[in-house]
Amino acid sequence: MDLGLFAQYLMNGLMLGMMYALVAVGFTLFFGVLDVIKFSHGDVLTVGAFTALATFVGLQTLGLQSPWFNLVVMLVIATLAMAALGMLIARYLVMPLRSAPALNTLLITLMLGTVLRESVRLFYPQGANPKPFPALLPRSSIDLGEFNLRLDNVLMLAAGVAVIVGLQFLLNRTKLGLAIRAVAQDEETARTMGINFTAIVLITFAIGSGLAAFAGVMNGLYYNEINFGIGLYLGVIGFSAAIIGGLGSIYGAILGGFLFAGLQTVGTVLLPFASAYKDVFAFAVVIAIMAWRPTGLIREKISERV
Amino acid sequence: MIRTGKLATAGFTALALVLAIGAAGAKDKVKVGFIGPLTGGVSVNGIGGRNSADLAVKLRNADAKAKYEYEMVVLDDECKPNVAVQVATKMATDKEIIAGATHYCSAAAIAAVDVYHKFGFPVIVWGAVLPDITYRNKYPEVHRVNGTMINQNDTNAALISSLGFKTVAVIHDTTDYGKGHNKYFSAALAKIGKAKIVGTFGVTADQQDFTAELTKIKALNPDVIYFGGLTPIGVRIRSQMDKLGIKAVFDGTSGIVSDAFIQGLGPLAEGTLAFREGAPTAKLPGGKFFMEKYAAQKYDGAPEAYGAFAFAAMNMILDSIEKVGPDRKKVIADLGNVKDRDSIVGKISFDDHGQNTVAAITKYVVQDGKFVEWDESEYASGKRKLPGQK
Repeated sequence: MDLGLFAQYLMNGLMLGMMYALVAVGFTLFFGVLDVIKFSHGDVLTVGAFTALATFVGLQTLGLQSPWFNLVVMLVIATLAMAALGMLIARYLVMPLRSAPALNTLLITLMLGTVLRESVRLFYPQGANPKPFPALLPRSSIDLGEFNLRLDNVLMLAAGVAVIVGLQFLLNRTKLGLAIRAVAQDEETARTMGINFTAIVLITFAIGSGLAAFAGVMNGLYYNEINFGIGLYLGVIGFSAAIIGGLGSIYGAILGGFLFAGLQTVGTVLLPFASAYKDVFAFAVVIAIMAWRPTGLIREKISERV
Repeated sequence: MIRTGKLATAGFTALALVLAIGAAGAKDKVKVGFIGPLTGGVSVNGIGGRNSADLAVKLRNADAKAKYEYEMVVLDDECKPNVAVQVATKMATDKEIIAGATHYCSAAAIAAVDVYHKFGFPVIVWGAVLPDITYRNKYPEVHRVNGTMINQNDTNAALISSLGFKTVAVIHDTTDYGKGHNKYFSAALAKIGKAKIVGTFGVTADQQDFTAELTKIKALNPDVIYFGGLTPIGVRIRSQMDKLGIKAVFDGTSGIVSDAFIQGLGPLAEGTLAFREGAPTAKLPGGKFFMEKYAAQKYDGAPEAYGAFAFAAMNMILDSIEKVGPDRKKVIADLGNVKDRDSIVGKISFDDHGQNTVAAITKYVVQDGKFVEWDESEYASGKRKLPGQK
């Protein structure tokens, strides 16, 4: 294969993988602290992307044109709003159901996802249509043969890496991170050590949902189009990525995200029977991996079953 | 026995009284149905169609000469085959509903036709273009006012060939709709024999990322990318083509003729080709009348590309009921015999498969944020050029 073409596939795969990884990390965080699966995660991403778009429209009417300033404001507002939404969901939907079977949480958040998705469709002006998302990053690109290296893609990848590294730092090097890890490992002991359990759970949901908003904005900037359905698909894939990586493990989620993107790209490029079956291929491999390693590629350090 | 008899007499008297009052005060109520995609990615078209059918019913109810008062039952097929079968069954089994204007999405319509046949429920399809909907079977219940995708793909292939393009890559969604487009377009292009297809890519109808397919297409370097599918993924594919620096002409079908396509893309929509049966709404015989009445109702959305057909379909149903009464069998018989009937979309004649034989196809190109008729565009006059056009 032509080297330029290979580079293009690699770039496509990396961008896709970054978005999947950011969503998967959210699933893994929630599972870590509460052992629940929050299925509305993908739709929180959608709401985040639409919040950013609405912010952009607002800034436009105020006459603010600087792309960098607008982007920062959009990111901040979307992230904070989704962090707040995540906390609300945790406080009023997830935590009250703690003593109920985990399946109930899964169901209630699945339904919430539908509510969020349909609300965007119904209440955002013309929400059923695909919406153009502004291209706020510099659009310059270098043509290297078949490879079109775009500056905005590089910036987005760098930002994604920065966010993940930042999250790692937060979890492993700060007192808050220590508390989150303590709650994830053993709730009872964490409580006896004086950790405010509720606060930590809420903060974790805020972080995960903020990440979803970030991924939503990134999705918009990358495709320059958002619609009310983006979260559903990203949610399913992010969830699968978190599962194959090993629920509860941050590295596993990231690995799972990139693995899934890689599988889809390979499915399109190398399989002879065209692209129609790329998802069939990717999910079939996921099923095989799950059969091979039921607890995921990277196991939680302390297994729940001990 | 005597007591029961007395009671019955009293009952009948009361009933007769009620009926007499009813007949004097109001007309009999008759229910008609509408099915279209009211949620999901193509819901703009579904809602435009529903509004247009609703307009037909409202105008009829306002008409003092109408024999019945009509009520329209609206169901949502979500553009999904499985849901379409459910709602079609729900509507067809409700004996109070006499007939329906149904389906924008081909994948939904083709799944539902068997249901209509089974329950003897007369329908007129108002937007779906897959030929099989009328031609696979010979169901007396199923009719269609709009044309099929065969004609539009013939016209499409002819235009591409005559503009001197040599290579085409095909992307189609893997529903019956997209597969049909692929089949008829490929056949039409091969028949002309001037341009060849260098690659065919099936994609799912809700796919987000097309960069892998498009990178493969970029390596094939086609003059034209033909797209057989609907607006939402059409917007994504066109926008991602730009991201990857692909300069080919974007050649769509009737599935992307909607304002949503242009809103979703902005300036990127420029130079996109598309094809649709019949004339543009404004140029239809009753187009002006329709647009005025539609505007007067202040609906929350435009009628979109197929609104006029939905209006015409509902109007035909109402005409038939007025003529033969609210009886499914009689309506089917009446619709089986339609020749040169006037409507806002022109004269309608159903062939023996219930298909309206409209051969006219309008060619469109997006110019300055509007779908402009090709022959009137600056692209046809040579003032502007499509990418790669000689």
